[in-house]
Amino acid sequence: MRIPWRLLLFVSVIGYLAALVLVPIGAIVIRVVDAGVGTVLGELARPDAVHAMALTAILATIAVVINGLFGIVAALVLVRQRFWGRRLLDTLVDLPLTVSPVMTGLAFLLIFGRAGWLEWPLETVGWKVTFAFPGLVIATLFVTLPFTLREVAGVLVEVGTTDEEAAVTLGASAWQTFWNVTLPNIKHGLACGVTLTLARALGEFGAVLILGGAISGKTQTATTFIYAATEERKEGAAFGMALVLALVSMAVLGLLEWLKAPRKEE
Amino acid sequence: MAIRIDKLTKRFGDFAAVDNVSFEIADGELVALLGPSGGGKSTILRIIAGLEDSDGGTVELGGERVDHLHARARQVGFVFQHYALFKHMTVGENIAFGLKVQGVERPEQRRRVEELLGLVGLKGLDGRFPHQLSGGQRQRVALARALAPQPRVLLLDEPFGAVDAKVREELRRWLRRLHDELHATTLFVTHDQEEAFSVADRVVIINKGRLEQQGPPLEILDEPATEFVARFVGEVNVYDTVVRDGRVTVGPLEVPVHHHPDKAAVRLVIRPYDIKLFRVEDQGMATADRVLPIGDRVRIEATLHGGQPIVAQFPRRSSLLRGVEAGCRLGVEITHSRAYLLPS
Repeated sequence: MRIPWRLLLFVSVIGYLAALVLVPIGAIVIRVVDAGVGTVLGELARPDAVHAMALTAILATIAVVINGLFGIVAALVLVRQRFWGRRLLDTLVDLPLTVSPVMTGLAFLLIFGRAGWLEWPLETVGWKVTFAFPGLVIATLFVTLPFTLREVAGVLVEVGTTDEEAAVTLGASAWQTFWNVTLPNIKHGLACGVTLTLARALGEFGAVLILGGAISGKTQTATTFIYAATEERKEGAAFGMALVLALVSMAVLGLLEWLKAPRKEE
Repeated sequence: MAIRIDKLTKRFGDFAAVDNVSFEIADGELVALLGPSGGGKSTILRIIAGLEDSDGGTVELGGERVDHLHARARQVGFVFQHYALFKHMTVGENIAFGLKVQGVERPEQRRRVEELLGLVGLKGLDGRFPHQLSGGQRQRVALARALAPQPRVLLLDEPFGAVDAKVREELRRWLRRLHDELHATTLFVTHDQEEAFSVADRVVIINKGRLEQQGPPLEILDEPATEFVARFVGEVNVYDTVVRDGRVTVGPLEVPVHHHPDKAAVRLVIRPYDIKLFRVEDQGMATADRVLPIGDRVRIEATLHGGQPIVAQFPRRSSLLRGVEAGCRLGVEITHSRAYLLPS
């Protein structure tokens, strides 16, 4: 008998994906329904839960805006300019992708924390970074740094410089060229980068936990809320928040797919 | 406006992409920069436009030095090989771009776009996007866009390189007509000698960053200044020989040579259409190897009695071809040739 290889491959791929992705999400949905949708919504409406969600939303927004702008500028510099150490810098910006966020949190703790390098100057001006909002911002910015940069840099390499040169010979200033030619050329890459930044910011846990401390109602984000709720065996709250994050992530994923879909104008 | 470049030099590391090149283009002239790919033609064009800095030499437009001017201030119309149209803008917006960034009023922009669409034969297409146009149409839009802000000179970098052969032919004729209408000073880069000779008033030949020769197409064809030019602008027969008493010998052939001293080692260059071959019944000077009809011409490959190959070409109906077939004996006459001194 012939072995149906194609069918076997298909089933194994689908089975693997289901086991890793679909089953866990399904499990969360079932637990939420088990616990009672009303109860879960009640848990999510409590002030500490609302605070955690709001904090995550704010952090994600800050990451998108700052690393979005930085990503565009850095991509332009890395792709279009030639300078000593460019290759090294080009490698370094990917570090947040490979380094464990927990290690990142620890490293920042050494700089900003108790007995850290910047403890004295920060104390003098009365700034608290660790276990406070600025710490969360730094942690989120670090882990989301490369996404916009990488997406935009890829598109910049692909589109080349002739469109910009054409604009310049037609009398456009640097700003006019950027606004009218470069930005429309990179807009899809930018959108993808922003979406990935958003997704990463929503899901960050380790760095945010170490640098922020997950203080309920203060530095607790959606992810650290889930962690705390599990520890305290508040399953309704944990699964509810997990479902919220899963839904938002899926929405972001849908957005990304839509943005990546080939457009007619290309 | 006239273009004048003087002792232009551009180096990339140790490699001289442009090596001390000087030439002038008169106001209203249409000139081709011709040469093999990678020879520095495009670099010269980009330096004139200000898209590239030179390492030495000067560029003048209309008698005014522009080396210090940024590309945006040079008022140069530039057309790129792959059009470089803004793909998120319509044809109309593309053409109006230069006017818009220079602060021209809307109604004037619209008037000018209409006028240019008429000029390039694309009336009614101003609402289309570049991806909805053919290659030839895109290149016309690119040209209209470059012309819109009334540039002082027009520079085209391999303008027809990205379209297929038939459209290319059409665009060449169209560019020539357009130039006869507008008289804009135009410099275009090409590696295709047919394109250069069929379009330009004058041809400047660049090889390995150096200027080899400049002049009208016929002069370059008939009086190639260097061996490189002779070989580059069409097929040639080449023989290395030595001058004796004002003439050189190639097998049984004797060809008079001027301008070269006695005993000088020279390279004799003869074009296939400067050779007469005809059937003879005696020994002759050569034996025909192959007779190949190629379109409206016939190519004859023969061997001189002495072993050297010789290639000649005739119009298909030429009376010289009578009786010529592979294996027959041939008489040979050289009507035109040039000899170049060999480096000793």
